[in-house]
Amino acid sequence: MDLIANLSLGFSVAFTPINLLYALIGCILGTLIGVLPGIGPVATIAMLLPATYALPPVSALIMLAGIYYGAQYGGSTTAILVNLPGESSSVVTCIDGYQMARKGRAGPALAAAGLGSFFAGCVGTLILAAFAPPLTELAFKFGPAEYFSLMTLGLIGAVVLASGSLLKAIAMIVLGLLLGLVGTDVNSGVARFSFDIPELTDGIGFVVVAMGVFGYGEIISNLAQPEDDREVFTANVTGLFPTKQDFKDMAPAVLRGTFLGSALGILPGGGALLAAFAAYALEKKMKLKPGEVPFGQGNIRGVAGPESANNAGAQTSFIPLLTLGIPPNAVMALMVGAMTIHNIQPGPQVMTSNPELFWGLIASMWIGNAMLIILNLPLIGMWIKLLTVPYRYLFPSIVLFCAIGVYSTNNNTFDVWSVGLFGVIGYIFVKVGAEPAPLLLGFILGPMMEENLRRALLLSRGDWSVFVTRPLSAGLLVAAALLLSIVLLPSIKNKREEAFVEE
Amino acid sequence: MNIKSQKDFFSGLMFMGVGMAFAWGATTYSVGTGARMGPGYFPLLLGVLLAVLGAFITFNALVVERVGGDKVGKWAFRPLFYIIAANLLFGVCLGGLPSIHIPAMGMMFGIYVLTFVSSMAEKGMRVKATFILATVLAVISYVAFVLLLKLQFPVWPDFITG
Repeated sequence: MDLIANLSLGFSVAFTPINLLYALIGCILGTLIGVLPGIGPVATIAMLLPATYALPPVSALIMLAGIYYGAQYGGSTTAILVNLPGESSSVVTCIDGYQMARKGRAGPALAAAGLGSFFAGCVGTLILAAFAPPLTELAFKFGPAEYFSLMTLGLIGAVVLASGSLLKAIAMIVLGLLLGLVGTDVNSGVARFSFDIPELTDGIGFVVVAMGVFGYGEIISNLAQPEDDREVFTANVTGLFPTKQDFKDMAPAVLRGTFLGSALGILPGGGALLAAFAAYALEKKMKLKPGEVPFGQGNIRGVAGPESANNAGAQTSFIPLLTLGIPPNAVMALMVGAMTIHNIQPGPQVMTSNPELFWGLIASMWIGNAMLIILNLPLIGMWIKLLTVPYRYLFPSIVLFCAIGVYSTNNNTFDVWSVGLFGVIGYIFVKVGAEPAPLLLGFILGPMMEENLRRALLLSRGDWSVFVTRPLSAGLLVAAALLLSIVLLPSIKNKREEAFVEE
Repeated sequence: MNIKSQKDFFSGLMFMGVGMAFAWGATTYSVGTGARMGPGYFPLLLGVLLAVLGAFITFNALVVERVGGDKVGKWAFRPLFYIIAANLLFGVCLGGLPSIHIPAMGMMFGIYVLTFVSSMAEKGMRVKATFILATVLAVISYVAFVLLLKLQFPVWPDFITG
């Protein structure tokens, strides 16, 4: 069995003390930022990227991956106890989780979220290990036209999931693509849009964009809101373990959530957020058993389903990244950045050229999930304490770590000036209601898209029909068009708006 | 004509402006043809696309009725100013400004500056608490970034380290 041989290679890499240590650091940091509202995984990973220079690539990626799924776990804690989604994907967990906490059942809610996530994480990791090799085979059949179409599909997928206006999200992608083009054109050597500033000929650093827009932009808009009184249910967490009846109720919900989450996570542009929404909608559609608490009033299925789904989705969203080199969301876009820092070109060749990295990362995800359940359930008291740290101590720390992180990417103060500029831009985005996640995705994909478009049209001698005459490419474009038209259908459009209103 | 959605209206204008600027900038490079794209081809294409999208968004904002008018709301100039200023001053502390003879003061000094300036983003300054926070952050940063990760920073002021 190849799968077993591969996984054992992976575990042998992941079980070295140093990698276990970095997985642990990643998980702790991830839980921390997941618990703390006001800073998300995108800003954290961007902050820590420079710090990973010194590490071996496998350890660096293991740590960053740990932050990503640690944040999914931590986010649910805040959602249940404070009714604040620490992460966008735990928005729906608030609905029933918080109600459970109000009824003194915070313990079982936290346990349902934790156990559901753990199960989903295990399944997601297995799916990742099983599906990655065949998809990689497929990826080798891809030419430039296919890559271009695939990226189009990925970007459209990302847009469909963005909350708010579809047109604005598309415009943000295009803006991101354009910003990604700043710097020296690889084919002609012309420095584009660099205004004769030497630092700009290398392009705008994506750490700068990510930190300015996600870090500073969000801090500023958080500070602009008056602090409202939050009700934190810290004293109520007694009796962590769910009852037998709870287990009976949540088991099928966990299974359904895992299945849905894994499927949606694979889609380019899909991921944890959509998975959580879809799983909640599915649970709500299921008939209530006699004596069960209705949804919205503290039903345990409303916690277990979405939490499993978002964790499964978080896991399987590594598939497009590792097999095709296409990041499906902003966090994955940063992982691409992390790989390129270490001279690893993300894409189908990673599995053959760096098998220990590929399988080590996959194995570490399972280990990470196991660590998270240990970190989260018995140590829940510690995380709850963190919730009482006032924001006035947090935000100067975040500003500091952003500034240090930005400076250390290139040891250059120019980056510090630029991040200030992008902080202002990020705040403008918040003000005009333009979501920044698609921008970052476009920013990463900009140069790749241009390169593949160029090659495809060069090979076809300028004939644009190459994108629809090659079957694979045509299929991907049709999928993109379908996605777009589905969202534009009036009935679904209203549903989508409804779903996002709850945010 | 009434603006039905302020947010959309202004974001549309922003996209239009930026798109046109990029498209115009792209024409200063050689554009080329599809088969032989010059450096200006792709940016020109995207710039025009962005401008068109912006125009659509602006148009929609004037036509489609919205609840509450989607107001942009007040600008929070206080946090905006202090957060960005804290960031810029930290940069000055690290690198100095040779053009106007400000020496590099190093990271440790910069941390105190950044913490105090950024704390002013919120009303009600607590000097003692902020000082303790800055000291804690300075210790953490020194241990994590200088001792453990060995990142290259000017840690202390130039005139001390020489």
